[in-house]
This record gives sequence, structure tokens and C-alpha cells, in this order.
Amino acid sequence: MARVEFNVDRCKGCELCTAFCPQKIIKLAEGINKMGYHPAAVEEMDKCTGCAICARVCPDCVITVYK
Amino acid sequence: MKVVFERPRALSDVTSHYCPGCTHGIIHRLVAEVIDELGILERTIGVASVGCSVLAYNYLECDWQQAAHGRAPAVATGIKRSLPDRVVFTYQGDGDLASIGTAEIVHAANRGERLTVIYVNNAIYGMTGGQMAPTTLEGQVTATTPLGRDVSRAGHPMRMAEMLATLPGVSYLARVAVNKPANIMRAKKAIKQAFMVQIDDLGFGMVEILSTCPTNWGLHPVKALEWVDEAMVPYYPLGEFKVPGEVKEE
Ligand SMILES: Cc1ncc(C[n+]2csc(CCOP(=O)(O)OP(=O)(O)O)c2C)c(N)n1
Ligand code: SF4
Ligand SMILES: [Mg+2]
Repeated sequence: MARVEFNVDRCKGCELCTAFCPQKIIKLAEGINKMGYHPAAVEEMDKCTGCAICARVCPDCVITVYK
Repeated sequence: MKVVFERPRALSDVTSHYCPGCTHGIIHRLVAEVIDELGILERTIGVASVGCSVLAYNYLECDWQQAAHGRAPAVATGIKRSLPDRVVFTYQGDGDLASIGTAEIVHAANRGERLTVIYVNNAIYGMTGGQMAPTTLEGQVTATTPLGRDVSRAGHPMRMAEMLATLPGVSYLARVAVNKPANIMRAKKAIKQAFMVQIDDLGFGMVEILSTCPTNWGLHPVKALEWVDEAMVPYYPLGEFKVPGEVKEE
């Protein structure tokens, strides 16, 4: 069991996490955040392994990882 | 469930002004992680330079001094010599360090000042709108080289790590990149070493970090990471150029 949590209003939608997630479960959301960006989001959280690669490539420290 | 990754304590809990995907943000976080792991937050002083990282003092929780463009190593020298028990580092871009501040970095390194230099090479002047820097690659299109850098007029891109590694005052010097997870881990190790040579009083430590500027390169942030491997690494090889035998591995 693992889970990632996004600080949605800090996300600038750069997609670095979506490019590196080995499970390919991160996508940009349809809606926009306070800054006007489409923030990163995970739909199938059950597939998350808690590897934290997304968090390590995020330039904005948006992601907290639980395992 | 336990937290396995969270914001380091030394990194401020604020939104940065950096462009989407700009890897200045990753480098800030790595410096914060190293400061946390070494337990030096309360005795660390950063010297911010001029460039996109001019506001770094808003993002790391240590003490800071702002220096005039290129002068960070000289300002840091003054701070370190008057407060030798503090850990002093500069955070400089390639325009700052390799152009206007070339004299300051060369002489601080040559004197073997007990400083740590975080040198962010994104091959361009980011803040001012993407002009050619001394580090801009041959043929690279910038605002001031619309036809690409012509080395017969502008000279060849400067490899600062290799140049400075020839100076006896330098204790640790490495070039790393932050364009993929494995490189990010290596970059953190190098940053830690550059802080440790200062703490162990061995000499001057510097890490050159290949970084992206998606905005002024005109590339999507993911493509910009790929450009680091395709265009930058072949000219700016990664690796350690100088390592002191005495530095303890973690
Ligand atoms: C004395 C002086 N000359 C010129 C400038 C204009 N200037 C501001 S930032 C900069 C270059 C910054 O480039 P770099 O150090 O590579 O940082 P980056 O923004 O790419 O991270 C220049 C030339 C200035 N602020 N002060
Ligand atoms: S202009 Fe370039 S270096 Fe500056 S914040 Fe934007 S992407 Fe980063
Ligand atoms: Mg630059």
C-alpha cells in the first residue's frame, strides 16, 4: 500500500512527474488550480508503489509520498 | 502508512517564482536535503547571486546575503573569514559565475577559500530573457545569437569545472546533471561532498550542475531534460574532476 499526495495549488503542470512515474499513473487534471495550471493527479492510486521518483523529479516539491 | 518523501525542513514552504519545469527548483531542494542531513541549518549562510536564483533567499531557511552580480565568491570570502565556524555557500548561475564573475570565482578557488559553490549551468542568461552566456553551446540559438553561437566570433563554451580543477586550492570539484532520477541522486551526493570539504577544512568545493531553462530554450520541460543529455553532456562531461582522499564517505 502506497499513496502520493499533491499540493495541488503549488503544481505548475510541468509534467516531469508524469514522464518519470514507472507506473505511468500520473496525468494532468482536466481542471485548473489557483495559478491557472492543470495540476498533476493520480486516478489509479492502488497502482502506486511508493517509489517516490515523481517527488524527486518535481521542481516544486509538490508531492508527499506515503508507504 | 509512513511518510517516505516530504519537503526538507531547510526548504521554505512557499511557491517559487521559477518557470514550470525549471530545474533550479530541484537543485534548491537538493541543497536543502543536504543541509538537513548534515544538521547545519542554524550555522549556514548562503550568498545569493544575480540571475533567476536572485530570490533564493526566499526559498532556503538558512541566513543569506545578497551579492552584486558575479561577486558572490568575494562576499562569501569576507563572511567565511570573519565567521569561520559558519558553513558558507554561494548559489550562482553561469552568466553570474562564468561571465561577469569570472575573476571572483577563479581567485576564490585559487586561494582555497573554505566555501561551497553551487554553480547552475543552464547555458543561457535565463533571467534577462535568454541571451548568450559564455557557456552557450556552439550553434545554440539564443536571443543574441539568432543564427546560433558562432565560435569564431564568440569563442568556445567555457568548461569552468575543468578550468578550476587545475587550481591547487580546490579540494572537490564535480559536474552533475539533474535531468533524470539517477542523475539527481548523484547530484545530491556531489553537493554533500562539496559541503563536507568545507566542514572538514580541506579547501574549496564546487559542483557544476547542468540545469534546464525550458522557457528560454523554447522547449517543453520534459524535452528540455532530454536536451541536457543530447546537447549539453557531450560537451560538458559529467563526473568528479577533483576529490580529496581524506573526505569521509557517508
Ligand atoms: C552589473 C549587472 N550587469 C548586468 C545585469 C543584468 N543581468 C541580470 S541576471 C543576468 C544574467 C543571469 O544569468 P545566469 O547567471 O546564467 O542565471 P540564470 O538566470 O540563467 O539562472 C544579467 C546579465 C545585472 N543585474 N547587473
Ligand atoms: S527563465 Fe529559465 S532559468 Fe529562469 S526560472 Fe524560467 S526556466 Fe528557470
Ligand atoms: Mg544561466
